[in-house]
Amino acid sequence: MKLDRRGFLGAGVAAAATLSAPMVLGAAHGKPRVVVVGGGAGGATAARYIAKDSGGAIDVVLIEPSRTYYTCFFSNLYLGGYRDMASLGHSYGAMAAQGVNVVHDWAIGVDRDAKTVALAGGGSIPYDKLILSPGIDFRDGAVQGWDVSAQNAMPHAYKAGSQTELLRAQMESMPQGGTYAMVAPPNPFRCPPGPYERISMVAHYFKENNPTVKILIFDPKAGFSKQALFEDGWTRHYAGMVEWISPDFGGAVDEVRPGSMEVVADGEVVKVDVCNVIPAMKAGRIADLAGVTNDAGWAPVNPHTMATRADENIYVLGDSAQQGDMPKSGFSANSQAKVCANAVRGELTGSTVFPARFSNTCWSLLDTNDGVKVGASYEATDEKITKTSGFISQVGEDAATREATYGESVGWYDGITADMFG
Amino acid sequence: MYMFLQKLFLAPIWLFLAFPAVALADGHAAEGERLFRTLGCAGCHEVGPEGRNKVGPHLNQIIGRTAGAVEGFRYSRAMVGRSEDGLIWDEDMLRAFLMAPADFLPSTRMAYRGVRKAEDIDHLLIFLRTLTPETNLGTANVEPGDPKVAPEILAIEGNVEYGQYLSSTCVTCHQASGESSGIPPIINWPAGAFVTVLHAYKGKSRDNAVMQQITSALGNEEIAALAAYYESIQD
Ligand SMILES: Cc1cc2nc3c(=O)[nH]c(=O)nc-3n(C[C@H](O)[C@H](O)[C@H](O)COP(=O)(O)OP(=O)(O)OC[C@H]3O[C@@H](n4cnc5c(N)ncnc54)[C@H](O)[C@@H]3O)c2cc1C
Repeated sequence: MKLDRRGFLGAGVAAAATLSAPMVLGAAHGKPRVVVVGGGAGGATAARYIAKDSGGAIDVVLIEPSRTYYTCFFSNLYLGGYRDMASLGHSYGAMAAQGVNVVHDWAIGVDRDAKTVALAGGGSIPYDKLILSPGIDFRDGAVQGWDVSAQNAMPHAYKAGSQTELLRAQMESMPQGGTYAMVAPPNPFRCPPGPYERISMVAHYFKENNPTVKILIFDPKAGFSKQALFEDGWTRHYAGMVEWISPDFGGAVDEVRPGSMEVVADGEVVKVDVCNVIPAMKAGRIADLAGVTNDAGWAPVNPHTMATRADENIYVLGDSAQQGDMPKSGFSANSQAKVCANAVRGELTGSTVFPARFSNTCWSLLDTNDGVKVGASYEATDEKITKTSGFISQVGEDAATREATYGESVGWYDGITADMFG
Repeated sequence: MYMFLQKLFLAPIWLFLAFPAVALADGHAAEGERLFRTLGCAGCHEVGPEGRNKVGPHLNQIIGRTAGAVEGFRYSRAMVGRSEDGLIWDEDMLRAFLMAPADFLPSTRMAYRGVRKAEDIDHLLIFLRTLTPETNLGTANVEPGDPKVAPEILAIEGNVEYGQYLSSTCVTCHQASGESSGIPPIINWPAGAFVTVLHAYKGKSRDNAVMQQITSALGNEEIAALAAYYESIQD
């Protein structure tokens, strides 16, 4: 990790906040307190908005173990060689300076009766409202033969940072003409176009560095997001390199063997050189521990406020939430955080609560300057977050449109990260 | 006069150096600049880096500026009054003024009958915009193709607090600080321009799919609220 000036200052401020935390938190407090668990797309946004918009009337504590958050968004562009890892890292210093009490620790339990969150480092923090935005965890036993102890041999790279760097290193040391495999996840999962944008970026890398590589996608799904756009892109840019194997043609994986680097699908054993396993997902574990998840592993929420169905004082944002029609994306999490911040502030301080509205756009890069996008607007109904209308890029758009779309995604990246971290 | 014209001819180079990213239809700006001379504006108003007050005030950074606010220029009593009322020279106001100065501002000292053709005004406004730095303006570029918004919609008074809430959608892409990299800044836009541009997306006469999507979910009241909020955070 490179410490630029901003990162360094940031770490300093955040560390100061950490040190003073036990004292501040131990004091009997007159102000209402919101505790946010997870400083990603949902949590960072919610913490910052509540602190900013309440003007100090609400005490905001953010619990996040990492001092640097590496965005999953654009991590595929890192694999493709368009970004370096440092450009994906963001610190919490600015947010701490804007009044969010950043505590670098893990939340390990929630006592809903006492309304406290227990920390791995010891002690617990009382809350009036608790917001959980812990992202995803993987389902045990989702892919036979794979668990996190195998993630060095077969990385998931679905939480950004060292896993992403590991996958790139494996790509770099791939033998000439080797086989790259992806085991794609079943629905629902974080970032529906993510695996397929990754394939595009991996293919871009190999086209430049190792053009006889074969790329196989073992997919348990019969279709995927922006499929026509991706397949058109693969044909135009990476002819003959990418093979998508749907379940009808043996895409459902029986087992992976990290020791011998084999994928067993439809009874057939395929020897591979790099294997990116993206297992089935569920809500981040702390949502389970708080008892707000359902049998499917996600936390059902009230679409008007993002409060959980299980506990009106606990809210769940982003990937962990089961909310209805929105895809699990950083854009969605950020959008949901603002609705939640508005509702929480209203409950605690009586500020005006405006009707919930949500939006999402997911950009993907197919190859240099060939960007595509899909997006929609949503509203809250009592039952779920409901899609009202949407759009998608078209196959056959001209190069200028695609380049503009890519340019837009770069602007969005800078926008959303500024919005999350201040 | 000759010197002054020469200055004007040099102006475009200076304009693009000093205010980069003024991504306009250059043709329209050039036409506007030609009209600025041929319609006689240049006889009283200077523009450019050395633009000074003459018979009329210089017009650098005119768009988005409070009326009657150029330092060192003695305005008519009428203009001072409008200035005190808080009149901002956004494009709608300038359009109204240029069309019929004496109707817009009875007893203005600007002895000019008015620009007769609406599209000449469009061109002039585009030219005047090149004299305004982007930070003043965002890219609140009302373009000649943008449909005119009905006066009763322009007149809706937006709720600033509601606008602030709604703006939380905008800032995911258009940074709150006004910084930009690939997506235009939208802070400091005059309300009239903001409303016109959003309606142009909503009516799909502008073709960015994301903006069409976002505006499809905004009613007249929401658009007015956003415009009021973004205008209220000037500076
Ligand atoms: C390859 C890839 C590409 C993607 N591309 C895009 C894209 O282009 N656009 C887009 O919008 N989205 C994209 N996404 C999706 C996006 O990254 C996620 O949807 C988004 O990050 C979800 O936000 P979140 O707040 O739910 O979780 P996260 O952003 O993952 O944040 C969760 C945070 O919680 C912390 N945490 C977890 N458990 C605890 C605990 N017990 N105590 C304290 N802290 C905890 C974690 O450390 C983490 O920082 C992509 C994802 C991937 C994998």
